[in-house]
Amino acid sequence: MHKKMAFSFPDEVLEHVFSFIQSDKDRNAVSMVCKSWYEIERWCRRKVFVGNCYAVSPRMVIRRFPEFRSIELKGKPHFADFNLVPDGWGGYVSPWIEEMAGAYPWLEEIRLKRMVVTDESLELIAKSFKNFKVLVLSSCEGFSTDGLAVIAASCKNLKELDLRDCEVDDLSAHWLSHFPETYTSLVSLNISCLGSDEVSFSALERLVGRCTNLKTLRLNRAVPLDKIANILRHAPQLVEFGTGTYTADVRPDVYSDLAGVFSSCKELKSLSGFWDVVPDYLPAIYPVCSKLTSLNLSYATIQSPDLIKLVSHCPNLQRLLVLDYIEDSGLEVLASSCKDLQELRVFPSDPFGAEPNVSLTEQGLVAVSLGCPKLQSVLYFCRRMSNEALVTIARNRPNFTRFRLCIIEPKTADYLTLEPLDVGFGAIVQYCKDLKRLSLSGLLTDRVFEYIGTYAKKLEMLSVAFAGDSDLGLHHVLSGCESLRKLEIRDCPFGDKALLANAAKLETMRSLWMSSCAVSFAACKLLGQKMPRLNVEVIDERGPPDSRPENCPVDKLYIYRSIAGPRFDMPPFVWTMDEDSGLRL
Amino acid sequence: MSSENGKRLLETDAGGLNFEATELTLGLPGEPRVTSDGGAKWGSKRGFSETVDLKLGDNNQEVKLGHSLQEAAKSPVSKTQVVGWPPVRGFAKRGKKSCKYVKVAVDGAPYLRKVDLEIYNSYQQLLTSLEDMFSCFTIRNYLNEKKIDQVNGIEYMPTYEDKDGDWMLVGDVPWQ
Repeated sequence: MHKKMAFSFPDEVLEHVFSFIQSDKDRNAVSMVCKSWYEIERWCRRKVFVGNCYAVSPRMVIRRFPEFRSIELKGKPHFADFNLVPDGWGGYVSPWIEEMAGAYPWLEEIRLKRMVVTDESLELIAKSFKNFKVLVLSSCEGFSTDGLAVIAASCKNLKELDLRDCEVDDLSAHWLSHFPETYTSLVSLNISCLGSDEVSFSALERLVGRCTNLKTLRLNRAVPLDKIANILRHAPQLVEFGTGTYTADVRPDVYSDLAGVFSSCKELKSLSGFWDVVPDYLPAIYPVCSKLTSLNLSYATIQSPDLIKLVSHCPNLQRLLVLDYIEDSGLEVLASSCKDLQELRVFPSDPFGAEPNVSLTEQGLVAVSLGCPKLQSVLYFCRRMSNEALVTIARNRPNFTRFRLCIIEPKTADYLTLEPLDVGFGAIVQYCKDLKRLSLSGLLTDRVFEYIGTYAKKLEMLSVAFAGDSDLGLHHVLSGCESLRKLEIRDCPFGDKALLANAAKLETMRSLWMSSCAVSFAACKLLGQKMPRLNVEVIDERGPPDSRPENCPVDKLYIYRSIAGPRFDMPPFVWTMDEDSGLRL
Repeated sequence: MSSENGKRLLETDAGGLNFEATELTLGLPGEPRVTSDGGAKWGSKRGFSETVDLKLGDNNQEVKLGHSLQEAAKSPVSKTQVVGWPPVRGFAKRGKKSCKYVKVAVDGAPYLRKVDLEIYNSYQQLLTSLEDMFSCFTIRNYLNEKKIDQVNGIEYMPTYEDKDGDWMLVGDVPWQ
């Protein structure tokens, strides 16, 4: 006699339980328990996340999840941010929009990252989804303000329009006027990427004035300082605000107007923008500083003393993005003032200069790691580093989850000992047991990869440049890092052996990028033949790889797992290695 | 830390692969160059070029005055820069407006020029500017059917090659 136990729950009960499970990972786990849970789960999944738009086809997603309201898609590999992926590589969203337009009239949210979006797609979105609420385009390109005008005109229930870091063809600033006078639902607007010199200020003010639920507003550089006061007066309820250009002739009336308006913004927690900032106008924001949790000064070209003054006013800061003008001295002040700091990004003010232009060294990072007990996430550009500093940092801050260090000159050794920085990064992975993301730089041998393979068991994403001596380095990573999902490598002497020896590992990862390495065309073909569930893409602008000897290294290689098979939208400089002949054009 | 920690994978431990025997000795693409002040600079295999091929209206074209002669050597990039390094996002784009650079060649001139079409609002402005650049030549102002200047008595017709590879006279297509 067998009793039915857990399976005697009615579907509705299980569905209700599943509704509390939001995270994608957990939902996937739930769906793998048994067939009936798979079925129930797929019908009630409301948010779908596709980390690589080529890993699966739109039709497959639609077939499995008939009722989702929200989709997030990612396209190009991360190194596209640094111009390593040639234009035209892919990442087109139109097939997805076209399929979803028919299947999901009730779709509410679309979030895209590094994808090519056309005005036609924007029009299709506006036309097809009557209850459309959220459009977040992150690092996307291919569309113009014409497409935005259609969204503005048609999406009556739009709550969020976020164009962070997009490249938009700025044809007309008047797209903003296409929001009808009856439209009031806007909650979040981020147009900071727009370059247009003309912004319809009156349309913007009217829009802001009638959207009383507006919580996030990030303006673009074209909005002058003297217009900000008027805009903020209409929206004292703002929680997140990004200024436009923060410069003007210093006039007491403009200043006091601005300071007054900032004082009335009692909910403000996040500030950004600050292009071309003039220090005299900075104190206008002091009234809100004590409540600020996030401050993005990565466009603020002001010097250390002004930055120090500002930062000292913000004791509750959790997130700071700043240029290296802050210098070691500023970071020391940060370390003593901002005990709640969780995330720090320090960008280079003069990345292509041969000599340091500011006094920012490893000392600043050491200070922050010592003084900020909650610091978890770091992105730090500097010009020198030592193993000693890295070991100290690792010991101070074992709770790092993201550690990205960029020593600007490739292959820079420990400045004290002239040794490689293997030991320093080794300490990072050894002490920071929850490290999920790591970017390496400086002079590194295969040894650092040995440490990473041995210790970095929770590492999900690794970025490597100008490092290593041999295939052994790559082998350590692929064989040791159990949680690895994304690996991106450039200019390293890694070749065929490690890749072929660890082919199976690649199916457990989202993707592998290798450019200017030593992987031969022959190895790519072999990999493509042996691994049908991997798309092995050779990207080479020099011409077809078979016009050169087989043992020639390919220029760029992008390998990702996929159940959709090879894609058909490749440009002439991309070849997918196939099971058949090994070469598909 | 490393010396206390006795762990060190032997090279032959790597899944039976004998790396020593098959040690790769490939050099990295773009070997470091030693500059005149003794420092080593990294691969300049690709200069950090901000120029893009011309997009006149929606066609890809190259503006050439007369017939093109020898392709002049590209002027060297002032700093040797590696593509995409350091990994700063959109740094080149920060504050940069769209630019449509066009290669301009003149028969008999020893080098070409690159011109940003974005800064002009009409063919007239473009022709005037080109005449300044190639001031030793006369550019026939086709639009006005009159000679702009006469230095050595030679007239040049402004032409361009459109996306189909045909030579076109400047001025037929509206500026936009």
